[in-house]
Amino acid sequence: MNFFGIDPLSFLIVAPALAGLIVAILPQNKWLARVLSLTFATAIGGVALAVFLLYQQNAPQAGADQFLFVVKVPWFQLLDASWHVGIDGISATMVLLTGLLTPLAVLISWEIEERANMHLALLLLFETGLMGVFVSMDLMIFFLFYELSLVPMYFVINQWGGPNRLYASNKFMIYSIGGTLGMLLATQLIGFSTGTYDIAKITALWPTFANDAPAFLGIDVGTVKALAFVGFFVAFCIKVPIWPFHTWLPDAHGEAPTAGSMLLAGVMLKLGAYGFLRLVVPFFPDVWISQVPLLGFDVATLFATLAMLGIVLGAFAAFGQNDIKRLVAYSSVNHMGFVGLGLAVMASLYGQAWLLAQTGGGLVSDATQNAIIATNGAVLQMFNHGLSSAGMFLLAGGIYHKTHTRNLDEYGGLWVKAPIFGVVFIFTSMASLGLPGLNGFVGEFLVVRGAFPVFTTLTVLSMIGLLFTGSYILKGIRAVLHGPFNMHWRDYHLEIELREFVAIAPLLVLMLVTGLAPNWILSVINTSVTHIFMNGMG
Amino acid sequence: MSIDFADPNFLPWLVPVGPLLAFLIITLATNRAKLVPATSHEYGGHHPDYDGMLVPVATHWSRVLSITVGLSGVVMALLASWNLVFQGIGLGKKFGTEKVFTSSIEWLATGLGAFNIGVLVDPLNATMLFMVPLAVLCIFIYSIGYMAHDPRQSRFFALISLFAGAMLILTVADNLLLLFVGWEVMGLCSYSLIGFWFEKRSAYRAAIKAFTVTRVADVVMLLGIVYLYAMTGTLNFRDILYNPAVLEQLAGTEAILLSSWGLSAAGLIGVFLIVGTIGKSAQFPLHVWLPDAMEGPTPVSAMIHAAAMVSAGIYAILRMYPLFVGAGDAFGAADPHHGVFNAPLTLMAVVGAFTALFAATMAVAQNDVKAVLAYSTISQLGFMMAALGIGAYIAATFHLITHAFFKALLFMASGAVIHAMEHGEHHVHEHHHAHDDDHAHDTHTAHDDHAHDTHAAHHHEEEAHAPHFDPQDMRNMGGLAKRIPVTFVTFVIGGLSLAGFPIITAGFWSKDEILADAWLGTSEGFGLHALVFFMLAIAAFLTAFYTMRQIALTFLGEPRTEEAKHAGLGGARNIISQTMQLPLIILAVFALFAGFVGVPPAFPILGAIFSPNGNPFFDFVKLSVLPIEGIAPVKPPFNWIPVLTSFGVALGGLYLGWLVYGRKPLQAGEEDPMIAVLGRPLFTTLQRRYYFDDLYSLVFVKPSQWLAHQVNVFLDKGVIDGTLHAIAHFFTWLGDLIKVLNSWLIDGVGDGIPKGIYAFGGWLRGSQTGRIQQYLLIVLVAVLVIGVLLALSSGAVTAQ
Repeated sequence: MNFFGIDPLSFLIVAPALAGLIVAILPQNKWLARVLSLTFATAIGGVALAVFLLYQQNAPQAGADQFLFVVKVPWFQLLDASWHVGIDGISATMVLLTGLLTPLAVLISWEIEERANMHLALLLLFETGLMGVFVSMDLMIFFLFYELSLVPMYFVINQWGGPNRLYASNKFMIYSIGGTLGMLLATQLIGFSTGTYDIAKITALWPTFANDAPAFLGIDVGTVKALAFVGFFVAFCIKVPIWPFHTWLPDAHGEAPTAGSMLLAGVMLKLGAYGFLRLVVPFFPDVWISQVPLLGFDVATLFATLAMLGIVLGAFAAFGQNDIKRLVAYSSVNHMGFVGLGLAVMASLYGQAWLLAQTGGGLVSDATQNAIIATNGAVLQMFNHGLSSAGMFLLAGGIYHKTHTRNLDEYGGLWVKAPIFGVVFIFTSMASLGLPGLNGFVGEFLVVRGAFPVFTTLTVLSMIGLLFTGSYILKGIRAVLHGPFNMHWRDYHLEIELREFVAIAPLLVLMLVTGLAPNWILSVINTSVTHIFMNGMG
Repeated sequence: MSIDFADPNFLPWLVPVGPLLAFLIITLATNRAKLVPATSHEYGGHHPDYDGMLVPVATHWSRVLSITVGLSGVVMALLASWNLVFQGIGLGKKFGTEKVFTSSIEWLATGLGAFNIGVLVDPLNATMLFMVPLAVLCIFIYSIGYMAHDPRQSRFFALISLFAGAMLILTVADNLLLLFVGWEVMGLCSYSLIGFWFEKRSAYRAAIKAFTVTRVADVVMLLGIVYLYAMTGTLNFRDILYNPAVLEQLAGTEAILLSSWGLSAAGLIGVFLIVGTIGKSAQFPLHVWLPDAMEGPTPVSAMIHAAAMVSAGIYAILRMYPLFVGAGDAFGAADPHHGVFNAPLTLMAVVGAFTALFAATMAVAQNDVKAVLAYSTISQLGFMMAALGIGAYIAATFHLITHAFFKALLFMASGAVIHAMEHGEHHVHEHHHAHDDDHAHDTHTAHDDHAHDTHAAHHHEEEAHAPHFDPQDMRNMGGLAKRIPVTFVTFVIGGLSLAGFPIITAGFWSKDEILADAWLGTSEGFGLHALVFFMLAIAAFLTAFYTMRQIALTFLGEPRTEEAKHAGLGGARNIISQTMQLPLIILAVFALFAGFVGVPPAFPILGAIFSPNGNPFFDFVKLSVLPIEGIAPVKPPFNWIPVLTSFGVALGGLYLGWLVYGRKPLQAGEEDPMIAVLGRPLFTTLQRRYYFDDLYSLVFVKPSQWLAHQVNVFLDKGVIDGTLHAIAHFFTWLGDLIKVLNSWLIDGVGDGIPKGIYAFGGWLRGSQTGRIQQYLLIVLVAVLVIGVLLALSSGAVTAQ
């Protein structure tokens, strides 16, 4: 299969940027730009869907090589960096999510009147960055697209954001760049020492690299690895975000225009989690199970503790908000905490399994099962959070657009005039809350199931966060919909617009379908995850 | 796998489908509303008036559609359920032991294996499948009349259909996860329905309270579920609970947490799951949400208190009961029939017995007709909980079923009372206006005869001249027996059943069986049994007492207000009155006679009539659990002591109630005689629910809000962002410093060069004179200089 002579994954990377370019240089006609960019985004989304479905149909069994659609073109041969793309079940899920959310975000940003061309072009360019990260199998390419995704989002917030956009966009940019600085150094260190940028090769080489040598570049090997680890760890923690690296998020998400928030929360945060899955866990199995100085437990436990704090404090922070977009933004800290918890279980057990594999052993089957279930849960939670947070931001943005206020105290009783909006809002909120029967629950259940035997106390503590998830969701519903109608809005149009409804409808359907029959996506994730633990120990 | 719904193994899937489809259809099909002015009577009732605004109101078409579709869904569920129930009964002794109706599908991929979900019908949930759809159908029929004039009637039917569907999912689930799905969806439905009149502050607050309090329990329950799953690799009921090896292993493994307290894995899972039920079934200390839950329309109360929500809590522990007991000689296993208890059983017995008594004391002092019933529900659920704690498995199941019938009846009858009072209020209101007020009331009078529209437009909260009249306050009632006779009779039947009036009511038989079980253990000297026996006996006495108080205050004597004088359901032949009374009559039949399926065979005279071949209910339900020592229910031998106790507390309580309230009914303006008996401080304490709401607000709600604020302001914006800003400031300062250095040092040099060049250029410009001779001179000099340089570099001229 190929598109215009290039393979589908490269197409998914290149096409959005080209489409963005076309939209940007077209005559300044906002309707032309809107229709055109929606067409492009939808077509690209269609390709992403096709790629996902093809992967689903032809998914390899656990044990066989998981990557399909692989293309490898030498690029920087001296460094062994190549244009190497391919997807397994985990990336296929993320590609689908990106392909799905971009057209919806484009449709939503039809509400932007000012310099519409540029805005839409940036959204499309952003998609390039996201797709690039999700499909790359080469560390250099990965880094390239990871950084690329920052730029369009910075301008989207900076140019079209809310009142405090300058602060928010600067914070977003500096925070992220600050994080990736260490990652860049770590990337170079790894590339230099292993002589390759191929992720699969590094996974095999780097964990045991120079373990027997006394020193590397004159520094103790353990220290070198720890520094490389910290470089990646901090960069991805900021992106996820893992507490306490999260404070850029409420500002950026709160101030970004609706489409920006949708894509930020819906996809961009997953870059961080994906980085953990793809790079940090496989590259540093020995570091994850090494003791943290002074604390008396290992790095994976530290990570799990931070994830737990994200779940609990994120929920509390969301509960304390009076700004609807900040409330939804903090809900991301809360929900991505579960992703973090699942990843911590993965890291811990992957580390142990790797260590045992060095001596020809392996984990007991219960532990492997815990690891697989937790990782499945984390990936599914990434997808689910993409759906529900995008949906929540869409609705919050819609109401902000109509009332020009984000202050929860100024709403009240809107359900009276906007019955359909109310139902959609409650439905999406419930998906976000993790109501069984909708998508959010499945991921959380799997994570909690996988984490309970491994990090028992932390899992129990994170239940406080789950409780307060309910509290902030109900607070949101109560403030927006319940109570006597605030007569200030008597003559406003408050009902959900057709365009908004069209944009959220696919999300609603997927929330329900994934909640009722999660296996359509979980089976794809599961095989690749199982492969990692059963066969992928280098 | 071919799916054939004629096969009883697949039929259970169809049970919840009807109501769920109804929910979907109503939600999707009835979203076109007509717009009417908010001041119109069509938007009356529990909704404020918004001047000059149009509000959406359900169209006639969507009302008809929602009722039709909703009812069809329930009827479908009823047919499927009863079909299964009777097929099960037809299997006789094989049902539950050798044969259950079950089928499952793969739901989650987990590594190389999979997690399946499916359906299961065995004798235990067959009894639920008999009761739930029937009670739900009655509630639906009743709702037709009750909600006839609500502007959002179709939404109501959608939600209550989802409620029923969720309860049925929970009932037919073959695993704990699917049960939890139904459990939580019901939580959502109760939240939405308690807050159905969402413009009312009390309503949405009650809704949030219900959801939050039950969620406290649910997150704990979720831990129990994941722990059980982690331990056994499955959540299937039959695989875990009908499998002695698994039960023994669970009871014999040390718990992952708190094992120093002697907890086994089964014990910890049990405690987690029981906490879930404590929340769902409103047991102490999570009972606080249920009394507030009556803010919803009355059919919802019936749904929550009887058919669904709270019954689900008890059903879940009935379902998981073998896990709590354990099997074999494991250290965590119990044998309640021989006085061996473990953590889950003790927890249930103590919490149940305490709640039964504690809630009954509060019910004594309530003035709201629904509040009395709410506390009685909590108390009765305590009976079931306590019964389970002492191993009276069958008695708890029996009481669950009979309670559902009489409590649904009582709630709907009290709804009819409220409806009648609102009618009276409406009447008084019109009357008052017609005489005292010259404003035009055309709209009001026009609807006077048309509607027994009790939710008429008189709820102007700001309207100062109408002091708030509470149609639910029993002090405003009195003498309603003559005005709503059908309601009166059915209410009395329900009340007597609740009080456990001997022989002729269902409540007697189930309550008696709990006491009989408790007495059996007491007589063998088990302390927990004795605790349960005495506390439940006192609670039963109080139950009879407050029931009599309620009946007397509501129906007996003379009306204490004008409103009560004009109360009524609007005549026998109107549709509202009919749809509201028919379910009362159906349920009254069950409230009276349902108990006869569980008469102990040794009971004098009646035993021979109803149970010639053994107690039918007992022999049916016991097949659900493993027939092994400890788990298998034990039939208490007939003993006069518990029977006479049942007689005594029921009749004694009713008589005392009659003495205080019935003999000399309360007059208008008179105080409740119990205030004199108990003393005002104690009475107020009971009425204010022992101040638990205030306590929780102080201990939990306020600190949470404070903490949420601190997390935002102190932690995120203060500490974390503060640190970041400090770093930013440092670098800004550093940048400024460098900038100063720049301008002083580097700029000094940097600017110096261009300045120099500029000066040079200025000087050079001086040569641009425009005179040819000077230019030629410069060229000549240049040629000479270059020539000399070339000559020197090429070595043509050597310095010799």
